[in-house]
Amino acid sequence: MNYLLNVENLVKSFGSNTVVDDLSFHISPGECLGVIGPNGAGKTTTLRMCLGLTAPDAGSITYFEDLSMPDEALAIKARLGVVAQMDTLDPDFTAEENLLVYGRYFGMKDRDIKSRIATLLEFGALTSKAKAKPGELSGGMKRRLSLARALINQPQMLMLDEPTTGLDPQARHLMWERLQMLMQEGKSILLTTHFMDEAERLCDRLLVIDHGKKIAEGKPRDLIAQHLEPDVVELFGQGALALATEDSPLRQHAARVEISGETAFFYTAQAQPLLMALQAWPHVRSLHRPANLEDLFLKLTGRQIRENA
Amino acid sequence: MRKQHVIPSVWAPPQLSMRWWPVFLRNLLVWRKLALPSLVGNIAEPLMWLVAFGYGLGALVGEVTTGGQQVPYILFLASGSICMSAMNAASFEALYSAFSRMHMQKTWDGIMNAPVRLDDVVMAEMLWASFKALFTVTAILGVMLVLGISHSWKLLLAWPVLWMVGVTFSCIALIFNAMAKGYDFFTYYFTLFLTPMMFLSGIYFPRTQLPDWLQMITDYLPLTAAIELVRPLFLDQWPTHVASNLCLLIGVTVVAFWVALALTRKRFRA
Repeated sequence: MNYLLNVENLVKSFGSNTVVDDLSFHISPGECLGVIGPNGAGKTTTLRMCLGLTAPDAGSITYFEDLSMPDEALAIKARLGVVAQMDTLDPDFTAEENLLVYGRYFGMKDRDIKSRIATLLEFGALTSKAKAKPGELSGGMKRRLSLARALINQPQMLMLDEPTTGLDPQARHLMWERLQMLMQEGKSILLTTHFMDEAERLCDRLLVIDHGKKIAEGKPRDLIAQHLEPDVVELFGQGALALATEDSPLRQHAARVEISGETAFFYTAQAQPLLMALQAWPHVRSLHRPANLEDLFLKLTGRQIRENA
Repeated sequence: MRKQHVIPSVWAPPQLSMRWWPVFLRNLLVWRKLALPSLVGNIAEPLMWLVAFGYGLGALVGEVTTGGQQVPYILFLASGSICMSAMNAASFEALYSAFSRMHMQKTWDGIMNAPVRLDDVVMAEMLWASFKALFTVTAILGVMLVLGISHSWKLLLAWPVLWMVGVTFSCIALIFNAMAKGYDFFTYYFTLFLTPMMFLSGIYFPRTQLPDWLQMITDYLPLTAAIELVRPLFLDQWPTHVASNLCLLIGVTVVAFWVALALTRKRFRA
């Protein structure tokens, strides 16, 4: 039981609304755990409790085996790196100064911080931007500066809240590459994300939560194999929905059919018979692909947009 | 096994450490970049008041009786308005600037992801705003010395008192900072609290001009206490009621800091 973070039976209510309901999970050294769930599922509240910003009603949060949050918050934070969803960079400071000032909050000496600045800027691909202020940086550069800033104290573990939300594809890929570099160095990561490709690419293990409860946990591939048929055929365009009805001749080839908007999703272990049968309706457009994490997520949490999300 | 938690009250005593220092340094570093224009602004406005009211109105008013002594109006005004400058400098910093850092820029959130408590952040903001007040009054004192308004060596003693005034008003302002939803909220504080206090604490005219009942109320205003302490020093006299006026300032400071801290903790808990 060598856990960097061990959360047990966490509960948090705001008034009569239970936001986190008896949630337990853990992170082992060197592991990347992804927390996914629809908006309002309790991800942010869980993360805030783990950071000691919100006090839980019940349950325990233990870091590094013997430090408990929030009682020993400062000792824990000295060994954590945090990248919040919204950048909290200082707009009045250059990239360099941002790192220097942040290092001081950890009680580091200026000399020690300055010896790390060049490495950190290089890690963030920001060496040429050392003297630039956040206002002059692109969204991706700001996120990388936030990540570099979170590494100033050489943390054992990183907490990232939606690290690539709002970034363009190039910036996302660069961010992923950097996070993979950190994992190769043995850093442990807890991240929340809305992007299933990000979760699949980065996370060793996933925690799916909804309505404050854990609804699934495991390795991305295992979860897909456990909950879904391996193949999906999507039908869309004119006449697609008519083929998804109970008495449709295509129905027998699918283990499960879901409809979302104007698209029908046929889940199957054997796609060939379905695709053959589909040739009788040449005007219906289709897409054949392996089942992915997004299918899993939608199966577990539903396809409906949530009114209050 | 379920562990139930008792969430500590927001009114729990402050948990302070030296971690306020890097936060204070952060503000100092930002300000250093803008110090010169800020210095001009800090001196120019009080100077205009002094010239317009002190020399302009002073020519009409002539001398004012205070503490049983006849003094030129400009000296009377200068000794009161410097307390107002301390109050204003601290209030602006602990309202508009602190709110920018706390709410708009989320600087505080970033800081609290490092091992720094909210209590230390609030402490740093308070001390920072009082430092700004001290800086402002130092600049104004310099101008007053050059203008020859007062040359008493006792002005050296006015200096720490004026810093204390900055501390008191920083604490009060941080209460309003903790309650604010936007910058507009601060207009209430200025119009309903600071402006009346400015007119009733004896900056522009002796409080003896006020009706008795109002005089009694104004006895308990922190700005009155500040002026009662500072004005005699400008006149090369010793203030009377030092203990009671200092106690008033310190009392208001302690209570205001506690309330500000509790409300800020409440704000950050949500």
